Amino acid sequence: MKKTYKIEVDCANCANLMEDAAKKTAGVKTATVNFMTQKMIVEFEDGQEPGTVMQEVYKNCKKVEDDCVIYL
Amino acid sequence: MTKKQKKMLYRIIISAVLMIAFKFVPVDGIVRFLLYLIPYLVIGYDILLKAWKGIKHKQVFDENFLMAIATIGAMIVGLVQSGDYVEGIAVMLFYQIGELFQSYAVGKSRKNISELMDIRPDYANIEVDGKLEQVDPDEVAVGTIIVVQPGEKVPIDGIVVEGISSLNTSALTGESLPRDVKNGDEIISGCINMTGVLKIQTTKEFGESTVSKVLDLVENASSRKSKSEDFISKFAKVYTPAVCYSALALAIIPPLVSQFALGSNPNWGEWIYRALTFLVASCPCALVISIPLSFFAGIGGASTQGVLVKGSNYLEALSKTGYVVFDKTGTLTQGVFEVSAIHQEGKSYTDAELIEYAALAESSSSHPISKSLQRAYGAEIDRNRVTDIQEISGNGVIAKVDGVEVAAGNAKLMKRLNIQYSGCDLVGTIIHMAIGGEYAGHIVISDLVKPTSKDAIAALKSAGVKKTVMLTGDAKAVAEQVAKDLGVDAVRAELLPGDKVSQVEELLEEKPAKLNLAFVGDGINDAPVLSRADIGIAMGAMGSDAAIEAADVVLMDDDPMKIAKAIKISRKCLRIVHQNTVFAIAVKLLALVFVAFGAANMWMAIFADVGVMVLAILNAVRALFVKKL
Repeated sequence: MKKTYKIEVDCANCANLMEDAAKKTAGVKTATVNFMTQKMIVEFEDGQEPGTVMQEVYKNCKKVEDDCVIYL
Repeated sequence: MTKKQKKMLYRIIISAVLMIAFKFVPVDGIVRFLLYLIPYLVIGYDILLKAWKGIKHKQVFDENFLMAIATIGAMIVGLVQSGDYVEGIAVMLFYQIGELFQSYAVGKSRKNISELMDIRPDYANIEVDGKLEQVDPDEVAVGTIIVVQPGEKVPIDGIVVEGISSLNTSALTGESLPRDVKNGDEIISGCINMTGVLKIQTTKEFGESTVSKVLDLVENASSRKSKSEDFISKFAKVYTPAVCYSALALAIIPPLVSQFALGSNPNWGEWIYRALTFLVASCPCALVISIPLSFFAGIGGASTQGVLVKGSNYLEALSKTGYVVFDKTGTLTQGVFEVSAIHQEGKSYTDAELIEYAALAESSSSHPISKSLQRAYGAEIDRNRVTDIQEISGNGVIAKVDGVEVAAGNAKLMKRLNIQYSGCDLVGTIIHMAIGGEYAGHIVISDLVKPTSKDAIAALKSAGVKKTVMLTGDAKAVAEQVAKDLGVDAVRAELLPGDKVSQVEELLEEKPAKLNLAFVGDGINDAPVLSRADIGIAMGAMGSDAAIEAADVVLMDDDPMKIAKAIKISRKCLRIVHQNTVFAIAVKLLALVFVAFGAANMWMAIFADVGVMVLAILNAVRALFVKKL
């Protein structure tokens, strides 16, 4: 399953870091952060609950870029 | 400016004022340090905090860390050696000004580009009790009648049920000529209604309408990352740690060497200062920001010209196009048959009369050939004039027009009727005509080449495309004639639909590995070929789901000139990407070398960083301007 989330991030490098962090989160198959449109597209692994996975994604993103916001 | 940016602006001003004011306060030693600590913390507290959090989360090497180390170092150098704290504060100050400018410039250009692409309709008008009501287009059910007033965007695909008007389709197609619509015409969302009020019965939901699909496509395009972007993120990952270790080496090795090997003064302060400056100069922002921005601008610029590119990677692939393979019908030709020549014989009938008889005789048929005859005739067909229609399958038609027997059909029909006919050296479908049992001449019908096809092939050639190939299911003679007229290099005729894939595969084998092969089709039955080619380009695909699905690049109108244009847009964009990559890396390295040899101080390092970034952003935005390509 694929879902798109609106995000807020200030710098392009931070967006790259967020993308990496999201990709490494358990339950995430792949993730893309689009800095230009300020969107995060997350593809979840089968049988994963997006809500709970996204909490983790958010936590991990906060670790690499404290300033970021993901609108869940 | 956003709230965040405003706050930053105030912090910059306060800190700058304090820093200058404290210059006139006559204190020394630790008091002076504490005094200067105020503006330093005002401007830099968030950086220090972020750096600290980074260390805690084992994400050490980022810009915040660089800036924190550099400025803390400068403050300590000030405390123990020079008593000059201005430098540490100024560096932080400049860094923040740079960041503010970057976020403002990027935000601004992002907004500009988005606005350019924004064809999203905000509302739909529905008539309720004789009054117009604005509703969310998402809530309009299929089959609802919506009203579009002059100056408004058509929000949902549908059919006109009342009114006539001209539509501006430029937002979708890049075509500036208005399109006229009347009762019964299909209408696509995203066009702007220019002259009259239109009542439209919707045929799709908003989410399925053209405008939604196009927006979705363009917005998600920059999510597909190009090789250049991947290169940058990989580069940044190696670069930052490398710079940090180099700085550490710069701080430690030269003093140790001079102290122990040369026996001279180690000069620790000087080398630590250089190392810190080195860190400041190293920030990779310009590079990281300008590449995605260039692609974003390029994709945005292309979409304003009616060229939808589905991803940065495809824009990159498009720039390396060396082979262009065309489908003939519907791509280079219009896919509609038209009368291209009339040869009467015996001078007993004029051209117009010949067409008139043919059109009347064929009036009951819905075959494309018959339709083209009726179109050529132009006037309304009076069916009362036609009697005794006899269709002879595979041959033609025999009918009585105004009581006279008219036979219209191919050579077989003439033979069958034992009528002497003359051949024709023109390419196309030949309709022989016999009127009253006598041969009257023939009409040549052919699939017309699009008016811009020839120019389009020439434009591709001048854009550096090595080879153009035309694939078609048509007869060899027809295909070769068309290819010759257009200047296409090679032609493969009499192909079955399945053969096109194998032909493209053959060409993929043949082409040099560096060049990409683009296949251009009308998208209706080309899906497998479109996905097999390096780049699939679908033409005139407005509203065709299959094409948008299968193609990598979608040309919104039928004009083959857009192929060359798309390639030129991609080249310009990639040129800018390369310029920015080389420029940013070169200036960075140069600055690092200057700093390492003590030829540049911290201020200059910051200026180099911000300056490169500004230039790179301005250069990136240039990718948006593609109208004159």
